[in-house]
Amino acid sequence: MAKTIVPIGPYHPLQEEPEFFTLTVDGEKIIDIDVRVGYNHRGIEKLSESKTFDQSTFVIERICGICSTSHPFAYTRAVEDIIPMEVPERAKFIRTIIAEGERIHSHLLWLGLAGHFLGYNTVYMWAWKLREEILDAMEILSGNRQNYAMFKPGGVRRDIKAEDIPVVLKKIDSIIPTAVMLKKAVIDDPVLHARTKGVGILTKENAINYSALGPTARASGVARDLRKNCPYGAYDRMEWDMIVTENGDVFDKVVVRVLELFESIKIIKWCLNNLPKGEIDAKIKDIPPGEGIGHIEAPRGETFHYVRSDGTNRPARHKVRAPTFMNLPTYKATILGQTLSDATIILAAIDPCYCCTERVAVRNIKGKKLLHGEDLVRMSQQKTELLRKKMGVK
Amino acid sequence: MTTMMINALNYSVYLLIFGFLLTAFIGLFASWVDRKVTARVQYRVGPPLLQPLIDIVKLLGKETLVPAGASKMTFLTAPVIGLAGAILVATILWMNNIAPGKSFVGDLIVVLYLLTIPSLSIIMGGFASRNPLASIGASREMKLVLGYELPFILAMLVIVIKSGFTIRLADIVLYQTHHGSIISSWSGVLAFIVVIMCTQAKLALVPFDIPEAETEIVGGPLIEYSGTALAIYKLTKNMLLFILPFFIITLFLGGINLKGVDILWGLLKYVGLVALITVIRNTNPRVRIDQAVNFFWGPMTTISVIAVLLALAGK
Repeated sequence: MAKTIVPIGPYHPLQEEPEFFTLTVDGEKIIDIDVRVGYNHRGIEKLSESKTFDQSTFVIERICGICSTSHPFAYTRAVEDIIPMEVPERAKFIRTIIAEGERIHSHLLWLGLAGHFLGYNTVYMWAWKLREEILDAMEILSGNRQNYAMFKPGGVRRDIKAEDIPVVLKKIDSIIPTAVMLKKAVIDDPVLHARTKGVGILTKENAINYSALGPTARASGVARDLRKNCPYGAYDRMEWDMIVTENGDVFDKVVVRVLELFESIKIIKWCLNNLPKGEIDAKIKDIPPGEGIGHIEAPRGETFHYVRSDGTNRPARHKVRAPTFMNLPTYKATILGQTLSDATIILAAIDPCYCCTERVAVRNIKGKKLLHGEDLVRMSQQKTELLRKKMGVK
Repeated sequence: MTTMMINALNYSVYLLIFGFLLTAFIGLFASWVDRKVTARVQYRVGPPLLQPLIDIVKLLGKETLVPAGASKMTFLTAPVIGLAGAILVATILWMNNIAPGKSFVGDLIVVLYLLTIPSLSIIMGGFASRNPLASIGASREMKLVLGYELPFILAMLVIVIKSGFTIRLADIVLYQTHHGSIISSWSGVLAFIVVIMCTQAKLALVPFDIPEAETEIVGGPLIEYSGTALAIYKLTKNMLLFILPFFIITLFLGGINLKGVDILWGLLKYVGLVALITVIRNTNPRVRIDQAVNFFWGPMTTISVIAVLLALAGK
C-alpha cells in the first residue's frame, strides 16, 4: 500500500489544544511522525518581565489551566532562591496541599480523556464527575476551582481556616470509594488490557536517553520524582510511596497515574491533619540582584523556572521549561511501528500540555537564512502570481 | 390485472408506511432511548425526546458539499443505496410479523444479503470521498464486515437447523409459537451471544465503532458528508437500531405479535435488547481492528460452530 499522510491537527477532536502531528502511515502502520507546536504562543515569559515579582505570579498561573499551581510554585521557589530564604512552615504545608489537589484533578482529567480517546466515554464522564468533587474541595480551600492564586514569593496569600479542614477532609474521604471503583474498572478491564498493554512502549533506556519526566519516566522504571529525590514543601515529613512500574507501555502509564491519585489523597489528608501553626508569609521586602532556579514535580513531570533579578522590582529574565517539552520527543521512540488506532492513545499517554510548552520555535532551517514577515509576504505574492499564470487567471 | 394492482398497492403500503415511516420513527425513538440511557449512565442529562428527529431535519436543510476530486455519482448515491437496503429489510420483517402469509421462501437469505447493504454503502461512500481518513475508515469497515459475517451466518444456521431446516422467516416464527422460542435451547443461547456481538459491529457501536472512531479518524467514511447525504446515513443508522433488534426478536425470541396485550410483550423484548446493546456500548473501550477480526474469527466462530453442532444434536 502507498504511504499516506494522516494529519492529526491543528484542529482535531482528539486534542483540546491546537498542535499538529503529521503521521506518515503505510496502511495502518505508522512509519514516521512530525510534531509541530507553536500555534498558541502567548509570550508569557516576556510579559512576566514587564510585571513586578508579585504580579508575575498571576501571569505565570495562566500558563496552563490544568497545572495552574505548578508554575507559580516553581516560580516562587525560583524567586526565593535568589534571596535565598525559607518560607514559613505553615506556608509549606499549604503549598503542598494545593499542589497535591492539583495533581489529583489533573490525573483525573487525563484519565477521563484517555478513556475518551479509547472510545470509553463512561470512564471519561465518571472521572470528570469525580474531579468535580476535588474542584469543590479546592474552592473551599482557595476560593477558586482553578487558578487558585494561592502563591506569592515568600509564602501563600490565603490561610486555610480551621473550620474548613473537616469539611475538606470529609469531601476527600467521600471520593475514595468512587476512586477505588474507577481504579478497578480501569486496571482490571480485560478489553482495556488488550488496548493498552504492550502499546507504545518507552524502554527504560529510551526514557533516560530522551530525559523523560514525571509519570512518563516512572512508568518506564526510572525512579525519578522530585518530591522524593529533592524534597521541597512538606513532602519529606510524611510517609508516601513513589509509584514506579517497569514496562513503559500505555497501561503502565495509566497505572502510575491512578495509583498516584491515592498517594496524593494520603499526602493531603496527612497535611490537613498535621497543619502547623504560625505565619503564612515571610513578607519579602525586596529582591537582591542575582539568579535563582525553582523546580517542582508537576502532575506531568518536573517544571523548571529560572528567574534573574537586576535589583529592581521586576524579573530581568524569566525562563520556563514545562515537562511536556521534555516528554514530547519520546514520541519518536514510542509511536513508530505502531498502528494508527493506537496512535491517539500513545500521543495522549504522556499527558501532553501544549499550552505550557508553546514557544517561538525555529525548526529545521537547514542552513538557509531565516525568513521574516516581509519575506514571507513577498514569497506568498510570488506564489500567487505563479498559480495565476498556471491556471490562466488574470 | 386488478388483483396485481391491489397487490402492488398492498406492497407499497408495507414499503412506505411500515418499511420506511414506522421504522424510521421507531428507529429515531430507539436512538433517543440509547442516547438518554447513555447520558444517565454517564451522569449527564441527555437530549430531549425529539432531538434525533431535530438532528435529521436540521441536516436536511443544510448544504450538501461534494469534495473536489470525489466521484460525485458514487458519493451521492451511496447513502441512498444504504437507506434502500434498510427499508427493504424492514419491509420484509414487518410483513413476516403482520401478515406471515405474504412472505416467501428464502426470505431469511434475502434479509442476510440486504443487511450488508448499509455497510457496503458506507464503504462505497468512504472510498468515493477521496479523503485519506475516509479511506482508512472504509477499509476498516470492510475488514469488520469480513470479520463478523462468518460467525453471523453460522449463527443463522443454528436457527435454520432448529426450526426444521426452513429458510422462511414466517415458518421460523411459527415454529417458535409451537415449540417455544429458540433462545430457550443451549444452541440458541450460544447463537444469541454471537448475534448480539455481530449486531454491535453491524451498528458500528463501541467496542466495534472502529470504522468511525471519532478520536482516531474523525468519523471515518462520513468525514466528508454533509447536509442531506449525511442525514440519510444517520437515518439509516437509526433505522438499523430498530431493524437489527427486530430481526433478532423474530429469529430468537418468537417475533412480535401485534394483537392485544402481546404487543406490550413485544415492546418489552425490543426495549430489553436495545438496553443490552446500550449497556455493552457503555462498558467497553473501542478495540483495534485486528483485535476485532481476531475476536470474530476466533472465539465467536468457535462458539457458533459449537452452537451449530449442538443444534444438530438437537440440544
